[in-house]
Amino acid sequence: MENPQPVFPSPASEYGARARVWNWRRAIAPTGNRGDAIFRAALFFAVLLLLLIVLLMVVKIGLNALPSIQRYGFGFLTSSSWNPARSDFGALPFIYGTIVSSLIALIIAVPLSLGIAIFLVEQAPRRLARPITFLVELLAAIPSVVYGLWGIFVLAPLLRTSVEPALARVFGWLPLFQGPITGIGLLTGGIILAIMITPIISAVVRDVLAAVPTSQREAALALGATKWETTRIVLANAASGIAGAVILGLGRAIGETMAVTMVIGNRPQISASLFAPSYTIASVIANEFTEATDNLYLSALVEIGLILFLVTFIVNGAAKLLVWSVTRGTSGTARAA
Amino acid sequence: MPPLRSSLLWALLLTFVFLLANACGGQQGGAGKISLQGAGATFPNPLYQKWLSEYSKLNPNVRIDYQSIGSGGGIKQIQAQTVDFGASDAPMTDAEMNASPAKLVHIPTVLGAVVLTYNLPGVTQPLRFSSGTIADIFLGKITKWNDAKIQQDNTGVNLPSADITVVHRSDGSGTTFVFTDYLSKVSDEWKQKVGADKSPQWPVGQGGKGNEGVTGMIKQQPNTIGYVELAYPKQNNLPVALVKNAAGNFVEPTIEAVTAAAADSAAQTPEDLRVSIVNAQGAQSYPISSYTYILVYMEQRDAVKGRALVDFLWWGIHDGENFASSLQYAPLPAEIVRRAEAKINSIVSNGKPLHAAQ
Repeated sequence: MENPQPVFPSPASEYGARARVWNWRRAIAPTGNRGDAIFRAALFFAVLLLLLIVLLMVVKIGLNALPSIQRYGFGFLTSSSWNPARSDFGALPFIYGTIVSSLIALIIAVPLSLGIAIFLVEQAPRRLARPITFLVELLAAIPSVVYGLWGIFVLAPLLRTSVEPALARVFGWLPLFQGPITGIGLLTGGIILAIMITPIISAVVRDVLAAVPTSQREAALALGATKWETTRIVLANAASGIAGAVILGLGRAIGETMAVTMVIGNRPQISASLFAPSYTIASVIANEFTEATDNLYLSALVEIGLILFLVTFIVNGAAKLLVWSVTRGTSGTARAA
Repeated sequence: MPPLRSSLLWALLLTFVFLLANACGGQQGGAGKISLQGAGATFPNPLYQKWLSEYSKLNPNVRIDYQSIGSGGGIKQIQAQTVDFGASDAPMTDAEMNASPAKLVHIPTVLGAVVLTYNLPGVTQPLRFSSGTIADIFLGKITKWNDAKIQQDNTGVNLPSADITVVHRSDGSGTTFVFTDYLSKVSDEWKQKVGADKSPQWPVGQGGKGNEGVTGMIKQQPNTIGYVELAYPKQNNLPVALVKNAAGNFVEPTIEAVTAAAADSAAQTPEDLRVSIVNAQGAQSYPISSYTYILVYMEQRDAVKGRALVDFLWWGIHDGENFASSLQYAPLPAEIVRRAEAKINSIVSNGKPLHAAQ
């Protein structure tokens, strides 16, 4: 089964070997048309502006973080003490809280979103699919502070009274589910993130699945495949798009501030238990920035922001790498199927 | 040009011209008006907004804006001279005073109380705490509600054997400073291990964002205890604890008890009025309270603006005090009003006192 690949003329073939010699006039307006040249210049300007903004941001954040980098060096990343009163700063608990809460969110949100998207594209009758799609997109548009309030007033009490005691009963032998149950903590933060990123991931996955050509499903069904087998083939073909959706969700989870701050407990500690309060990078910046009068304190907060930048960068890079290796593998199996 | 596109262009052009004219008009209209900018503490914001609206009724030619960006922000803005006055709950430290470009004056405006509130199902009468007990709870040394130390001050109250969940502020806050300042005064262990700070390293507990965050977490979770400003428990139907003061009496946090604490401390208040009044000595003083300040430069560069500012401050510590109680702030005691007057009189422009000049 080969994908029917649409063939676009590649730009290189259009202007041939002459274009290889650098010619600014040709670089700006390859077709020689003035309107095209203006259009191209405008697009180029937009890209340049974006690059410039990113560069300025990194430079400015780096400069402001310099006093803290010089003072604490590499120890900033490995120390788990955060005590502004004693000018004692370490970022490890925040990095831990950010990564673990985002992981919890992904573990819950990815299967859920895939399920929603597959149902909408492959199973649901159109009459049902329309309103559900609308609802999912509506969920994605709710401001995060509203999720936070809902977290405090609905989710946290629910977790405290039923979900967490049940988890402690069944999985209490794992250190993950031990300790006092308060309804506020890392698990609550992860769950609220999961609820927030599910609509984003499922909306994108839905579009990706819908873009897989119907002929593939028809071919699979014609060969005697069941609905389940057909869906697997569709998923395999959409793998890179699905991974992109997951990265998008992860990006929101890592950077989310308000909702998480309201339910995670805001305590800079690394605890084995998911019930214990924790803290994320975005939350500590939002919480402490306004009252950080001391220069070193401010600089430490800016350095934490720089770390968030790096964490996002690394996680995105790793995810891209994963996508690349997975899609290489699955396109092979899809062919074999 | 197609008609649609040209009409769109015209609309844009007209909007632009209109905006430009408006901006210029605003400038011209403001020629007779004096505009003052202030920024800082969130705690007195409801009162200051009330002051501004009342004051502008009396003085239509003066326009004052106040942005509640937090005490730290207020100090930063006045140091950078981007505002005409700053506002802070905690007085500026010596280091902050030295880092300022010129001499700043602290004008106390009102007082606020930090109160202990809790969620303990089944307990109806207000709980009583002595200072050592509060420190031990927030240090994590007392972990159960029916601990002998809590029971000792609350004879006859049936306390549950539940774990105590401590809730504190997660954002840097003047409220936290007042509370930890109090704990540092009454407990050596607290002073050594934690200290007084806007964002200390808490030995135990969960953090909630803002007074409303802490209040929400306490309201939603049983067996919690935390500290918030006086107005919040009342709005949320949460109980307020009585605290044992330095004289040995359990005092309810009322507006009178807070003003009493300020009056009792007046004799020890230094000339610049930068003072902590926690753990005040008087028999009826509530021990966890503090002034909130407006920060202004002693030397005003612009005499017209300086005079408007001084008049506003003078009005604030006299007529403005009448609005305090209804908004759950404690008015200044008479002795401190007198000393704040002297501070306002010390504000000058080109060597001439601004207030006496009228």
